[in-house]
Amino acid sequence: MTSGKAFVLGNDIDTDMLAPGQYMAAPIEVLASHCLETIAPEFAENVQPGDIIFAGENFGIGSSREQAAQALRHLGIVAIVARSFGGIFYRNAINLGLAVFETTSDLTIKSGEPVSLDTERAMITFTDRQETLQLDPLPGFLFDIVKSGGLVAQLEKRFGVTRRDTQP
Amino acid sequence: MAQSMNLAEKIISRASGRSVVTPGEIVVAKVDLAMIHDSGGPRRVEPILKRLGAKLFDPERVVLISDHFVPGSDPASREILELTRIWARERQIAFYDGEGICHVVLPERGHLKPGKFVVGGDSHSPTGGAFGAYMFGVGATEMAGVLATGEIWIKVPETILIEWNGALQPGVLAKDIMLALCANLGMGGGRYQAVQYSGSTISALSMQERMTLSNMAAELGAQAGLIEPDETTADYLRSVGAECPDWRQWRRDADARPAEHHVFEAAILEPQVAAPHSPANSAAISETDRPDIDVAYIGACTGAKYADLQNAAELLKGQTLAPNVELLIAPSSKRDQERARAAGLMKIFEDAGAKILPNACGICAGYGTARLGEDVTCISSTARNFKGRMGAASSKVYLASPYTVAASAITGRITDPRDIMSGMERP
Ligand code: SF4
Repeated sequence: MTSGKAFVLGNDIDTDMLAPGQYMAAPIEVLASHCLETIAPEFAENVQPGDIIFAGENFGIGSSREQAAQALRHLGIVAIVARSFGGIFYRNAINLGLAVFETTSDLTIKSGEPVSLDTERAMITFTDRQETLQLDPLPGFLFDIVKSGGLVAQLEKRFGVTRRDTQP
Repeated sequence: MAQSMNLAEKIISRASGRSVVTPGEIVVAKVDLAMIHDSGGPRRVEPILKRLGAKLFDPERVVLISDHFVPGSDPASREILELTRIWARERQIAFYDGEGICHVVLPERGHLKPGKFVVGGDSHSPTGGAFGAYMFGVGATEMAGVLATGEIWIKVPETILIEWNGALQPGVLAKDIMLALCANLGMGGGRYQAVQYSGSTISALSMQERMTLSNMAAELGAQAGLIEPDETTADYLRSVGAECPDWRQWRRDADARPAEHHVFEAAILEPQVAAPHSPANSAAISETDRPDIDVAYIGACTGAKYADLQNAAELLKGQTLAPNVELLIAPSSKRDQERARAAGLMKIFEDAGAKILPNACGICAGYGTARLGEDVTCISSTARNFKGRMGAASSKVYLASPYTVAASAITGRITDPRDIMSGMERP
């Protein structure tokens, strides 16, 4: 169970907004500090561990750069709920241990309102309003990757590497 | 009787060692070839491989191409290139350094064959579909997994059949087909399934024009953009000195059902222009705004292959640029640039006043030194015009075919190439 607040974004949030090309050579901390600055300049500064993004269609469309998902994870985002996702972003998010949920329901959510998430049950609670949102759980194969903490953690098991505490 | 399958299913069933696969099921497939570049490649996969203590699953099936940070115009880029070179030597893999953009270099060196199951560390990897290969893009962590294990999971895609029939009008190119499709189906229209292009229009296209279609399957949000191999494919492979064994089996069964089937008529297609900031903002040039431009860009894997240069040169021959317009040309590969030089195309560009940039990604994704400045209006033969991608967030990028970009460079405003061709429009 994680807790944080909601960030509401629109349609077509692309990978250039999430991980701008001009900072692609920079370390992830720097890149992440510019995440979404072209459309939401306050985002990177305000986001905190446990926060969840709610977005419209085609979240993460564009390039294969996984820094788009990595920047969000670095900033502490735990899950993204969207009407649809860019296919490569969706794979990258799972591989980095970021939960992604597709939903067709119409959501009325206020940016900043407190939310908590139960990833396994795919259930979000809006704590102020005492309302819940039931999403479709991830397919088992993909949930296992997210639960392991990402693909690398899963591969470590396969290659017999002892798990260290920190992420790469 | 065997179950009828679409081309995507045939390739995936072969790669996953099954006699039949069905759309929607998740299978694990063996990768025939993995392509990586300097941006998503060594600098990002090596830390993971090291941590796993993993060797490459098969160094003969890995190809590395430097293109994103070429030519290394700042210290950070140079460091990435250096690391890329060291890694290529240590891991003993095929490496093309500064030879051009990955999606163009990979086939021109004969690495792509019909029926192959290929992953690329880049979102325009569907380009490989032009050769009848199932090729799709993945991020760096997933690529590290592929390099370590030679395997990847895939959800067997549905097939979206996109059929174009008839001849294109003069002045209309594959790029116009794609922009029209982006407007028609939307950037999510491909639903991360497999698009397959078919019909007489497609069969008549050259290999490099087909590559433009498959390349921009990415802008439709598809996982792959397949074209059935034919004599054109086989001729191309022979021309680059590659063998092309047994390509006839790689086609969809006549009675296989696509999930969607869209049919279009080529004869009524006009040149298209995509307004900022999405390829889906496309419309026929007769119905769009035609603002003045500051920069015309012929570049990227999408729009600066030999065929694209040839089309641009056809319009630019004997012309000069409009005052205050900068024409930047970054040929997709060294080989294509050499071919263009031999055919006199580079001379046409130089005489017109164009500036030639390195054979690399360059400003297509905001790399390098020629990035667009504040409030610049640009017309570009690239695939994406997302806000801020090619430079300042205030810059405006219109997407169009190489013909339309060249025509606009001549007049200084977005211009229908047919007006230049007919001599109606004079600079
Ligand atoms: S030229 Fe542009 S679209 Fe092509 S691989 Fe490079 S950055 Fe991507």
